[in-house]
Amino acid sequence: MGGISRLNYFKQIFEKGPIIILFISVFNEFDFNYLDLKYFSFNFPFILIYYWSLKRPGSLGYGLIFLSGLFNDAVVGLPFGVSSLCYLLICVFSTYLRNITLRPNLIKDWFFFGFTILVVNTMMYVIASLFFEVKIIYEDILVNILFTFLFYIIFSNLFDYYQKLVFGGTTNA
Amino acid sequence: MEPSSRDDFVIAIRSAFLKKDTKQKFSLLALILLTLTILIFARYDFRFVKFAKTSLNEIAYRSTFIFSAPENFVKTTYTETKNILFVYNKNKILEEKVKELDSKILETNYIISENERLKKTIDDISYLSDEILAKVIVDKQSPFLKSIILNKGSKHGAKLGMAVLDEKYLVGKIVEVNFTTSRVLLLSDLNSKIPVDIMPNGTLSILSGTGLNHGIIQYVRDQELIENDQTVYTSGAGGLFKSGIPVGKIEKNLTDNELKVNFYSDYSQLRYVKLVSFKTEEE
Repeated sequence: MGGISRLNYFKQIFEKGPIIILFISVFNEFDFNYLDLKYFSFNFPFILIYYWSLKRPGSLGYGLIFLSGLFNDAVVGLPFGVSSLCYLLICVFSTYLRNITLRPNLIKDWFFFGFTILVVNTMMYVIASLFFEVKIIYEDILVNILFTFLFYIIFSNLFDYYQKLVFGGTTNA
Repeated sequence: MEPSSRDDFVIAIRSAFLKKDTKQKFSLLALILLTLTILIFARYDFRFVKFAKTSLNEIAYRSTFIFSAPENFVKTTYTETKNILFVYNKNKILEEKVKELDSKILETNYIISENERLKKTIDDISYLSDEILAKVIVDKQSPFLKSIILNKGSKHGAKLGMAVLDEKYLVGKIVEVNFTTSRVLLLSDLNSKIPVDIMPNGTLSILSGTGLNHGIIQYVRDQELIENDQTVYTSGAGGLFKSGIPVGKIEKNLTDNELKVNFYSDYSQLRYVKLVSFKTEEE
């Protein structure tokens, strides 16, 4: 009996995996800044939120996504609420795609993700620079968008594997 | 009548904003409206948003310190390995520098005492400083903003605008103070601008951050007088910092005449810093 309840306990933790990873990634920006790479950065929370909102929306609560955005602003130093708005807009885009898609296709999801992060980052840039007068280098955002877009395909495959392992490949969309 | 594609689009959008899944407690529209409200209140510095932000910062900074522990371990190991690999060459360079500096110390000691004597003669302002030693708990320099978080806040006497020094070198100023933590805007940040003095000519100008690992000199009149390896100090203009804090060295780009400033401190390697506020002897 003890073995079964322990198994259930682990299963529950793995089911909460996406939200745990989201909070870890928000608190511990995967920036690799110590490698001193001038033109390299990507936004892992964008990939994670888009993928899981699209494939398994129940695994990331909107309230928790909102909260993780506030924490991200605190850690990174962006105006309070900017990241939350970006994360929630990604949810809107992915939910819209889920609503209009009959047969899911990785390439379509990927390109729609590219469009989504373009819109969301543009909005973030506009709010930060015009509304809060925080200067941001435009080229840095473009590099960030490019790598986030390219990395989606890698993380998407990893998350697919995780999903099959933990949820048995079923979706709750 | 069959629904048009425009109707499908509207239905899909409406559903995305308003429909709650069984496991969701809030609709996206409600949360987006809440975020927009927070953004507007934050823009106009409402007190309750400030209070919420300070509380959230305290939790976020402490949590980040814990969550960053594994990455910090990797980072430290990487830096130490790199240092060990280059230790022989570095030692040679350092030996030469030590010889050179030994002779300069004697010269400097004489200049300092002479300077103090002359200042007293002309009744110039002498500065006193309060120092607080702080540990860097978060140095997650995002691709967009360059800042660090310290483990000292208003409880320990940290105040907005205090200068932050790495040994004797200026690295930034405090831009946000919480109860037990504070945020430092590094000189390399795009939003950082400080008045500086380029020695030995004494050329006054503004040092701006670039978002990269160096700064640039702006609004300088006699650009041709400035040469490579000249030292950049704070000028003390504006009363924010005292004059004479070393910042970095000039690197002149001959092709476009850009004046780069290579900072003395390596901002990715900051562990402990000093928070300093300056006041005149009269104060």
